[in-house]
Amino acid sequence: MLTRGRLVAVLGALTALLFAALLLSMVVGPSSVTLGEALRLLLGGEGEGAAADIVLRVRLPRALLAALVGACLAVAGVLFQALLRNPLADPFILGVSGGAALSGIAVLTLGSALGLGYAAVPPASSVGAILTVGLLLAVAGPRGRLSPTTLLLTGVVFNAFASAAIVFLASSAGLADGARIFLWLIGNLSDARVDVAGWVAVFLVGGLACAIPLARSLDLLALGEDPAAQLGVDVERAKRLLLVATSLMVGAAVSVSGLIGFVGLITPHLLRLRIGPDHRLLVPASALAGAAFLVLCDTAARSLLGGREIPVGAVTALAGGPFFLVLLRRHHRSVFPT
Amino acid sequence: MSRLALEGVSFSRGARAVLRGVDLRVEPGEVLVLAGRNGVGKTTLVRLATRLIPPSEGRILLDGRPLPQLRRREIARAIAVVPQETRIPFPFSVTEVALMGRAPHLGPLGFESRADAERAARALEQVGIAELADRSVLDLSGGEQQLAVIARAICQDAPILLLDEPTAHLDVGRRIAVLDRVRALAEEGRAVLVVSHDLGLTARYADRVALLADGRVAAQGSPDEVLRPEPLRQAFGVEAEILRTSEGAPVVVPLGRGVANSQGPSPE
Repeated sequence: MLTRGRLVAVLGALTALLFAALLLSMVVGPSSVTLGEALRLLLGGEGEGAAADIVLRVRLPRALLAALVGACLAVAGVLFQALLRNPLADPFILGVSGGAALSGIAVLTLGSALGLGYAAVPPASSVGAILTVGLLLAVAGPRGRLSPTTLLLTGVVFNAFASAAIVFLASSAGLADGARIFLWLIGNLSDARVDVAGWVAVFLVGGLACAIPLARSLDLLALGEDPAAQLGVDVERAKRLLLVATSLMVGAAVSVSGLIGFVGLITPHLLRLRIGPDHRLLVPASALAGAAFLVLCDTAARSLLGGREIPVGAVTALAGGPFFLVLLRRHHRSVFPT
Repeated sequence: MSRLALEGVSFSRGARAVLRGVDLRVEPGEVLVLAGRNGVGKTTLVRLATRLIPPSEGRILLDGRPLPQLRRREIARAIAVVPQETRIPFPFSVTEVALMGRAPHLGPLGFESRADAERAARALEQVGIAELADRSVLDLSGGEQQLAVIARAICQDAPILLLDEPTAHLDVGRRIAVLDRVRALAEEGRAVLVVSHDLGLTARYADRVALLADGRVAAQGSPDEVLRPEPLRQAFGVEAEILRTSEGAPVVVPLGRGVANSQGPSPE
């Protein structure tokens, strides 16, 4: 049973984990920074010299952005899984990230003619995410009974379509920078900027502010929509709020990092194994654990091959693909009831 | 003590009238069994009674107050529902499922107290699954999951209990255990409605039986009054013989398809 004490203990432990991940990402890299220096700088100490420059100007903004994007994607994953009653749902697998990316790219390529700048990309991506969710629900039919098979197939098809449309838009608009589009499609954090991180933080806080008061409703929704309503949940209102929250978070994450997949699948699943499925704990825990997870993945992405960087989306996908198959096998009976 | 009353309730799905002027009352201290063939609108009636859908005509009163005047949580504190089947996609423990019944009594940010935990433990004992308390529902059989959901409804401590085919997935031993518990809940003063087409067993636990046919209550009364060949022919379209147990309770034995009303069960 969930108690306040347990909630505090688990979230405390995960906060420590996130801090440790941030600390690690400060010391890993081509220029050496000692653990002591990194710790002092992270705790707000004044610093001068090369080490301080590297930590405060290069590694910290990037690690913070990774943390925020990871938190957005993990929480969005938990919310989609609860709303769709499907442990395999994830913004990337559902195609919602793809829709957000397509919308973002469309604004980036066509919007310049309308005088829209880079600042229009995060809101455009969120709108794209909302439209994609709308499309998913429209495919589901009037009663909203989305079969898991339909859901996954629609996501796969929509992702392929969105990727193709992105490449088409980028080529036709003469965004000659093919490598950048490629990096975005696979998901990467090498463009990290502090002002951008601020944006994502706003979207994350907004999303969490919607989701946390509805956490117990998510538990009850696991019983089904009718039973949840019969236990006092205003199901339609909860769904609307949560879909908006999810779209905001996915839109923000995608607009700064592209299509990083599987964070929303791996993190909640591992957490459920350790701390159980109670959403009052799982939602905030996913934010912290997703943040730590993506910080670690990004640290690996920029250090595994020595000087050459791998896009972080490749790291999460390399880990997430096999993980998805294992999950699919384990959950086959409960997800696809015969 | 609370009572639930349906007054002239009609409900149409598209052009098809599912219910046509149903009058039904569930009184404190009694078990009312509602029977009828598949697709006759029994589940629709449960959804109407908990305001998941509005009736096209008529009204539904909870303690004399029309449902639209009540907040969702008020309805949830007054009426507990056990659905036909529950599929839970996440590894909640059996205790956690039972504790979900406390949700209408707690605020959205509330945590269960020790008293709630004891309430859940007692409910699990009462439905005979205390030994499953810490198991994940994903590892349980359909019948065991159903018992967890029944424990959840008991935990809800609502004065009115609506059970929609609660024993469909249970073996005969557990079926009797659940119905004994339902009987005890009624004797504590709750109003209980059991939707079922298992007339053989359920009728022995009923104070009253109502038969639903063609969108109306075709017959209503004590098991002795209702479980007779003519009403059963009308409601189920079967010929039946009524036997008696050694205690004198009626037992329905279907003999064959009737001719009087044989359009067959409508598809659900």
